[in-house]
Amino acid sequence: MSNAQIEAARVGTFDLSDPATPNYPDPPPIQTIGASHVDQEDPAVREAQAKRLIWVWEAPKGWKYWSAVNNTEVGVWYTSTAFIFMLFAGVLGLMVRVQLAVPDNDFLTANFYNQVYTLHGTVMMFLFAVPIFEAMAIILLPEMLGARDLPFPRLSAFGYWCFLIGGVFVCGSIFFSSAPASGWFMYPPLTTQERFTPGYGADIWLLGLSFIEVASIAAAVELIVGSLKCRPPGMRLNMMPLYTWYVLVVAGMILFAFPPLIAGDILFEMERLFNWPFFDPERGGDPMLWQHLFWIFGHPEVYIVFLPAIALLAMIVPTFARRPIVGYSWIVLAAVGTGFLSFGLWVHHMFATGLPAISLGFFSAASEAVAIPTGVQIFVFLATLLVGRVIFSVPMLFVSGALAIFVIGGLTGVMVALAPFDWQAHDTYFVVGHLHYVLIGGMLFPIVAGLYYWWPILAGRTLSDRLGKIAFWMMFVGFNVGFFPMHFSGMMGMPRRVWTYPAGLGLDLPNLVSTIGAFVFAAGFLVVVADILRPRGHLPLAKRNHWNAGTLEWLSEPEDKGWGVRSIPIITSRYPIWDQPNFIDDVDNGRFYLPDAEELKRETIVTSVLDAKPLQVLRVPGPTFMTMWAAGFLGAVFIFATFHWWYLTIAAMVLATGAILTWVWRGTAVIPEKHEKDVGRGLSLPLYVSGPQAVGWWAMFITMVGDGTAFLSLVFGYFFYVTIHAEFPPPGIEGPGLFWPLAALAVFALAWGLAFAARSLNKAGSVTSARLAMAAGGLAALLAGAFVLLGPHTTGLDPVTHVYPATVWILAIWAAVHAAVGALMLFYCLARSLFGHLTPLYDADIQNVALYWHFMLGTAFVTVATIAFTPLAT
Amino acid sequence: MPQGRLRRNGPAAGSPPRHHAPRRSPVLRAFSLAGLLALLSACTGPQSTLTGAGSEAAQVETLFWVMLVGAVLIWVFTIGLSIYATRVHPERHSEKTGTRLILWGGVAFPVVVLTALLVYGLKLMPEFRAEANGPTIAVSGERFWFRVAYGVEGEPGVVKSLPPGGVESANEIWLPVGVRSAILLGSPDVVHSFWVPSIAGKMDMIPGRVNRLVIEPVKEGVYNGVCTEFCGDAHGQMGFRVVVVSPGDYEAYVAAQSQPAAVTSGPGFEAFMENGCDACHAVRGTEADGSVGPDLTHLGSRLTIAAGILDNTPENLVRFISATEHVKQGVEMPAYGMVPNEEIAAIAAWLEQLK
Repeated sequence: MSNAQIEAARVGTFDLSDPATPNYPDPPPIQTIGASHVDQEDPAVREAQAKRLIWVWEAPKGWKYWSAVNNTEVGVWYTSTAFIFMLFAGVLGLMVRVQLAVPDNDFLTANFYNQVYTLHGTVMMFLFAVPIFEAMAIILLPEMLGARDLPFPRLSAFGYWCFLIGGVFVCGSIFFSSAPASGWFMYPPLTTQERFTPGYGADIWLLGLSFIEVASIAAAVELIVGSLKCRPPGMRLNMMPLYTWYVLVVAGMILFAFPPLIAGDILFEMERLFNWPFFDPERGGDPMLWQHLFWIFGHPEVYIVFLPAIALLAMIVPTFARRPIVGYSWIVLAAVGTGFLSFGLWVHHMFATGLPAISLGFFSAASEAVAIPTGVQIFVFLATLLVGRVIFSVPMLFVSGALAIFVIGGLTGVMVALAPFDWQAHDTYFVVGHLHYVLIGGMLFPIVAGLYYWWPILAGRTLSDRLGKIAFWMMFVGFNVGFFPMHFSGMMGMPRRVWTYPAGLGLDLPNLVSTIGAFVFAAGFLVVVADILRPRGHLPLAKRNHWNAGTLEWLSEPEDKGWGVRSIPIITSRYPIWDQPNFIDDVDNGRFYLPDAEELKRETIVTSVLDAKPLQVLRVPGPTFMTMWAAGFLGAVFIFATFHWWYLTIAAMVLATGAILTWVWRGTAVIPEKHEKDVGRGLSLPLYVSGPQAVGWWAMFITMVGDGTAFLSLVFGYFFYVTIHAEFPPPGIEGPGLFWPLAALAVFALAWGLAFAARSLNKAGSVTSARLAMAAGGLAALLAGAFVLLGPHTTGLDPVTHVYPATVWILAIWAAVHAAVGALMLFYCLARSLFGHLTPLYDADIQNVALYWHFMLGTAFVTVATIAFTPLAT
Repeated sequence: MPQGRLRRNGPAAGSPPRHHAPRRSPVLRAFSLAGLLALLSACTGPQSTLTGAGSEAAQVETLFWVMLVGAVLIWVFTIGLSIYATRVHPERHSEKTGTRLILWGGVAFPVVVLTALLVYGLKLMPEFRAEANGPTIAVSGERFWFRVAYGVEGEPGVVKSLPPGGVESANEIWLPVGVRSAILLGSPDVVHSFWVPSIAGKMDMIPGRVNRLVIEPVKEGVYNGVCTEFCGDAHGQMGFRVVVVSPGDYEAYVAAQSQPAAVTSGPGFEAFMENGCDACHAVRGTEADGSVGPDLTHLGSRLTIAAGILDNTPENLVRFISATEHVKQGVEMPAYGMVPNEEIAAIAAWLEQLK
């Protein structure tokens, strides 16, 4: 702690430039007496507390509103944006239906039809289905956990801006008729070779979506740390609301599912931009690798979309059954089981690619097996409804509709999971019907149910019952009329992704009926939209806890106060509002923790992972435009790269790095004015922790798990090529040799040792030695990065000639880029130390960087072992 | 309501699985004959999976009906239960009932049913993949048509591209009935997929790989084949015909196809050469030896032109040559609209003579 800060703490003045204090006018007076020592029953005390909390948590006003980072604002932006993208993609879907309404139609040209259907699928999956989960979780998760915010609000805001920029870029392309036109699965070589797909469409798809994937992973990190570390005291893992369990499972799945796609995207874009032949069989590549990487992502993706919607049902059903869920452990196990199994199913998208029968049998079995945990989840709901005393309502109507539709999708899923049947059904309208039943029943209907259910806590007023019922019946009937005949069209031999079909094959009538149904369905959804948009300021506010639910989000008051909860409760039940006596009153009167924002800082409580013991008061940063800048510059990197404007790309990259560093420098690991804080009820908690207790350490750990998964996907690619080639490296091509790779590994180990030493020395108080270690470590990291590139460089590996040099280069570049990032981190710590932001006591930065270096060493070792030693084995 | 339709025809699939019966059994016919016939007449067709023109398609069809009946029953039970619990009897039941429901409905029942289904389904696979006892035919998926070569030699696995040689044709595959023919599948450009719904399941055609599909047609007739992997703008119009004939007719057909062109001179042929058609197309017996596009040696004998999308008539041929892009968007063959009409007519007339 610097002298100035010690002085500030002593005299009780506080630094209002702290990122946790919003830069608003007229701050209310601060409070110097701890929460345990005030009379909480005194209304004047409570009023002063409330005033401070409101001031601190308020959203910025005017144009600065867009600098907000709080989960309420960001969550609402995120959700609305995802819905707007969904409506856009819905219009594209209707265009598809118009084109297919009659045989030999020419409403759209073949090429434009291909753009339309590609964008329909892409937008629905990447800009609606996954983001809507993140968006709703950003709103709901802190509310359900009685937290004031998620642990990294600025990361959420950054993710949102990435999502918006990337989404507009991808969607906008169709207005210039240069949208991707090769399906959302983008199979090479169709998509990688300029002669088949000229123009920017495929690049827009790849780079735009890679950018959005960054946002998804950011959200996953946020949500995992949020579920694990921001629960209210007493809420042990086995007391978490089911929604939180699902968020945890799904965010974990994103962490392992998206990186293989990112790895695939890298290989893909290297082929498109620089002609590296990863998927070109003429030069040793193989289009099948993309299919594997894509579906290793693509199948879990289905469950990433479906499970969060089931989570909504898991919250809605108990409320209307008027009792706790029946089989809590069953459904949790089923959710976790589904998550795991979903990674073992990807080959069922590739049954027709000519894989060996043994693989087909295995993946058929695994695909059937996933029906079991799915069935358990459905039956948990049925059991809860049966055991409870059910009250029917509009949300329940949508829940029932969801079940009726999803079960059909599940049953056709069981059918297509069987390889012999899939050989017929694959890539036909049967599958189009199947996937829409799964996604509409397993995602859209639950989300609409969730909208009707949670609307009172979002907007303070209810949506219309009457319009809800009209919307439901239009959507339900329209959907079934529209999509059921597709199964029939498929059995009649109609392939997917055809822009037209001939008359006389029995396809005319089912297609016409499908089109009519699709329009009725869309009209039904418009009723929902109209209900949401119609002005209702004149209507009375909904009563608090409108549906008499039992979970914490219903503490929210119809007149939103922005603070989340008035005080952070102690939890002893899964449904505290139902079970804990006098609960709402105690929360409202600030009788639990953190009833005040004494120092005018945004704070929430961090607890331990398993049993939710309070560990820390986490100060979360407030509004800033820096996240928007960072997202803007990063977006510019991807957009400029799409059009091959390399100088601009590099300039944007520098600016993005600068913006991110500024954001991190100002907003993270801020040294508090005092070490501990009284949170009430006689409990004092530290304001700053580092290492495994800290949320930042967890975020680094989780990010690096995702990063490691992407790296291992690239390694998987390398060994995939080993297995398909008789000789790898091919005859006549030399590997990167042993000298430079081994030298690189040695220097990597040295840098790792120095990072580790810097952490220990700093902790032990040897600040100067620690600084030296940071500087030396950073230099060693740069050297190691250079050495790992020198291997393939000195042996003259040319990545354009064959896939072997290309894969060696890609692994070496990956390691070198990570070395550069590792060096930047060490230099950052050095600067933090020099400027007094990193001290022996307050050492979160170097703790997190040392953690990064553990992963870095692993990456270096695997890289060198792969590129240097596998050539020796062959 | 779609469910209503399913239920009405449900009993159709109630018969036990029959692994070796390509046709529906009498037991099955006894059930709701009228409804069944009505549906089946709508279901069969040259491109339908329910036509039963191949041993594989017929067995998968039986599998489909079995699964369909099972699915309808499960759906009715599940949704019935949810309606019962929410609308008919919303009052409380015991918690024990609930737990039992999860255990029996969510775990035990699916385990048993899925295991049985898996055994049934997977047992079909080795049968479908049994060795061929008939001809080997190479089919190459190319943007946006199918190159066909009868009687090639060589095996996939070792080679990375289709074996050369054989009697070349395009967009039409003749097969002997009752014989297991081996189809070798490859592609020189992008991924395509080979599917004749009435005869058997599909298999992809992947650049750099050769896949092998064994199919056994059991009914003579003409069936549609289509590309089922998205391959570019004309993907939707990339098809072919399968003509299933007696083994004797098959031999005669291949022998005829192996002959050089019947007419190798005349104004049509001259116009063909003058306009450079031979850069892409071969007509055996003449100096036209292009290999980019379909071999036209016996074009006149084919049922369709432009990869299965137009009947093979002189008018259609003229239309296609003069306005390819209009007839088939995304096609690789340039339009020859600038060639005088009479020359195009002469070319078409000549090609139609090439039986």
